[in-house]
Amino acid sequence: MRTTLAAAVTRGVAALSRIAGRGDGSVIGGRVGMMIDPALLTHLAGGRRMALVSGTNGKTTTTRLTAAALGVLGPVATNSYGANMPAGHTTALARAGDTPYGVLEVDEHYLGRVLDETGAEVVALLNLSRDQLDRAKEVAMMAQLWRDALQGRAITIVANADDPLVTFAAAGHPRVTWVGAGQRWYDDSWVCPECGGAIKRADADGAGEPQIAGGGGAPDADWRCTGCDLCRPSPQWTITGDSVVDPTGGRHQVLLELPGRVNRANAATALAVAAHFGVSPADALPRLAEVASVAGRYARVQRDGRAVRLLLAKNPAGWLEAFDMADDAPTLLAVNARGPDGLDTSWLFDVDFSPLRGRRVLITGDRAHDLAVRLSVNGVPFEHVPGLRAAVATVPPGQLEIIANYTAFQDIRTELNRVT
Amino acid sequence: MSPDWTSLNRATPDWTSLDRVPRRPSPDSALRIAWVYPDLLSTYGDRGNLLVLAYRAALRGLAVEAVEVRSDHAVPIDADIYLLGGGEDGPQALAARRLAADGGLASAVNRGATVFAVCAGYQLLGRSFFAKGQKCGGLGLLDLESDRGPSRAVGELAGEVHAALGLPTLTGFENHGGRTHLGPDVRPLATVSAGVGNDGLCEGAWQGSVLGTYSHGPALSRNPALADLLLCWATGRPALDPVDDTWPEQLRAERLAAVHLAAH
Ligand SMILES: [Zn+2]
Repeated sequence: MRTTLAAAVTRGVAALSRIAGRGDGSVIGGRVGMMIDPALLTHLAGGRRMALVSGTNGKTTTTRLTAAALGVLGPVATNSYGANMPAGHTTALARAGDTPYGVLEVDEHYLGRVLDETGAEVVALLNLSRDQLDRAKEVAMMAQLWRDALQGRAITIVANADDPLVTFAAAGHPRVTWVGAGQRWYDDSWVCPECGGAIKRADADGAGEPQIAGGGGAPDADWRCTGCDLCRPSPQWTITGDSVVDPTGGRHQVLLELPGRVNRANAATALAVAAHFGVSPADALPRLAEVASVAGRYARVQRDGRAVRLLLAKNPAGWLEAFDMADDAPTLLAVNARGPDGLDTSWLFDVDFSPLRGRRVLITGDRAHDLAVRLSVNGVPFEHVPGLRAAVATVPPGQLEIIANYTAFQDIRTELNRVT
Repeated sequence: MSPDWTSLNRATPDWTSLDRVPRRPSPDSALRIAWVYPDLLSTYGDRGNLLVLAYRAALRGLAVEAVEVRSDHAVPIDADIYLLGGGEDGPQALAARRLAADGGLASAVNRGATVFAVCAGYQLLGRSFFAKGQKCGGLGLLDLESDRGPSRAVGELAGEVHAALGLPTLTGFENHGGRTHLGPDVRPLATVSAGVGNDGLCEGAWQGSVLGTYSHGPALSRNPALADLLLCWATGRPALDPVDDTWPEQLRAERLAAVHLAAH
């Protein structure tokens, strides 16, 4: 009774908040519901078979792809707005009504708690890297938190074998399905989280000596710790070209609307989670191909004869992935340093922008001057433009790729009429 | 002339060595820049100081060899410029202990090498600092001591640079909880006009060719003249050819305007 009331109030408050124009209402709705029934999330999750997705980058997209794959079996509850803490989860499940399945994107810090409250049977762990508010040391602490949170649970973990921190978090668990999901960003995992020794990568210059100019290398290079046994587990799911290879050796061409190897890797993770629930890749793939945009990302919008595509990059690893996703076409980079972005632009020097050499690069945003200095030092020619409109007018008809950090992304998204 | 980063990257490991003797002798003309303990002392964008120095050297036709010295390797004594970045308390204390035991950095300073250190790296060059509530011994390469301030200093930092250095206004971003007190043998890098720096009055310090600042991360990206000063110290040149600094100057003007100062 209390749960029913709390769930109804959650939906009602969220709807009111939406009507009042105060965002999508996920957080406030969930908070009010949890005041009425503190165990609301547990009650709402009960009776559903649940999967969780966590990691620094790609969790919104992977959650969306996983929900699409499980859609083969029936209705799926999911937090598709990126509200990824317990209040958002509560609202998502309350809104969905009775569904046999649920897939939730979970903020890295909340993984243990959300496992406790939802009784999820599968957890997908994508990657861990520095964000604007977390320093490298804190990233290693996060890996330890995950490891502690996962220990002794009767769950299946789907984990990225190419990320040493994720491997450390999952390696001791009896049921892990490894995915060769790749890692472009190396700079938060040169030091072994297990023993403090140096991690060597097969493709790094000079047999594993750190690269000076930042960034990463081949996304699925072999790696091992020089001080202990931690090494890249042999993945059951791998990516080869435009295909995913499943644990039986079956090869599946992955045709996605979403761009880049990074999203093929997200698809591989989604397929691995779905396989746990009994969905075959052949059945899931057509569903994945239907996903065209995720919270305004990836969708192409026509503007004055230019096909504009908006990509979000919230942290250095995200920038490297965006370079991979963006087509070889004129590219607008937009950088702000407002509250949610972090006020400090130092991270620009953690990103190697050299993959953009040879493309026409435009820059804009509150902190375009910081970006200008960074690109000069990086040997990437660029043009400074006042904003989206000027960028569209500057490039010839055809494609315009946009890579923006958080508030710059929101600004441009608003200007593109809130594409969804 | 545009520096070719790829070739710098490829060239790097050749000089990198587990011992103090380079595997391959480099041409005498090459400027050697050592980034000390990036595994311990590296927060946001600390690599930027290395990249900016190498870029500005390359613009002047100076060949650069760069090396990252991990904390389990010996510090080479034959570099021209040593860079130290920021870090958390634990790694900072560990870095200070290892550098003291290693002795390479002190030897290099004794023979006149140039050192540029930011934030935690700056503190550990002093006589003592506080990490995790404990007083820790520093390297004593700068005559200063650091302790904890009443609050964390986070935000824009700016100030007029000591006249003897002949540099324009310092601009940077600080993020630290320390307060630093200068002894008689060092001079302040700048007089604070925005932010906190050492103690709200002065910021940074220099002694000989060792210079430290609370302006964290890629401090040299906003202070190209300071980068050139370090290059002059390291090469013994009295001055460097001017280069096109349109973008750094625009960045400086923007950041100084943000704290209501005019660039000059
Ligand atoms: Zn190890």
